[in-house]
Amino acid sequence: MTLNQVAFIVLAIFALLGSIGVVFLKSPVRAALALVANFFTLGLIYFMLGNQMIGISQIMVYAGAIMVLFLFVIMILRSQTPEEDVHLWKDRRFVIGLLGSAVVVAFIYNFVIQPTQNIYGADFDRSYGTPQAIGKAFFTQYVYPFEVISILLLVGLVGSIMLAKRKF
Amino acid sequence: MLNLLQQIPLATVFTEIPLAAFLGLGLAMFALGGLGVLIRKNPVVVFMCIELMLNAVNLSFLAFAAYPNPSVAGQDPVQSAMAGQAMVMIVMAIAAAEVAVGLGIIMAIFRYRNQVDVDDMNTMRG
Repeated sequence: MTLNQVAFIVLAIFALLGSIGVVFLKSPVRAALALVANFFTLGLIYFMLGNQMIGISQIMVYAGAIMVLFLFVIMILRSQTPEEDVHLWKDRRFVIGLLGSAVVVAFIYNFVIQPTQNIYGADFDRSYGTPQAIGKAFFTQYVYPFEVISILLLVGLVGSIMLAKRKF
Repeated sequence: MLNLLQQIPLATVFTEIPLAAFLGLGLAMFALGGLGVLIRKNPVVVFMCIELMLNAVNLSFLAFAAYPNPSVAGQDPVQSAMAGQAMVMIVMAIAAAEVAVGLGIIMAIFRYRNQVDVDDMNTMRG
């Protein structure tokens, strides 16, 4: 095994442990911290794929900003949400959820992952992930999606302020 | 810093790791997130699982962007890689807006009913 493969396997194990923690840890705060670990490792995997700008914004936006928002809401609701116990085999919901996930996994494995097993990357200019390249693309080719994103964020800002006001 | 990042021999990553490895990690994360949405009762944790699913899809987008399909004739690999990255940036912005509005809704429900449990929110069941 080469160094790249070892690095990918270690990162993938950490990401999977993080997502298992989100689903199965009882305390919401611990689930949030597992999600932080998962997002951070995912950012490192993005670096590995050559997406430097996306990796930086993954760590800043997800592992930073969004998780702070989650932790604030958990802190405010903490007195009201007792630590739920995730019933496993006793609960009908868990069995149904597991069956549904298994169907999704089997489907996608059969139709997507099985055919792509032997596809390796071609050799081309790998500087597409730099901040320069992304900035250039967003101000020339993708300028309309960029403007739509800004309108969406403005609407989200106004909407969340309206929801957070005491009287509405 | 940028020079340092550009010195990493990225080309060997793509000849040593197949596309299916990244897609498999994304699939596992997506399935775990879906399971969490179905089995958890705390709406904040349900939101976290939705974030997990969005990130799994982002990972798949970036993996497909980095491995251009050689059988599609006339496809510019740099252009298609940029398309995948633009999609991921849009998904990130939508996720940020969704979390802000969703957590605002959870807070509003909490103020209105003084408890948050997805099993008790059945007013619109009909």
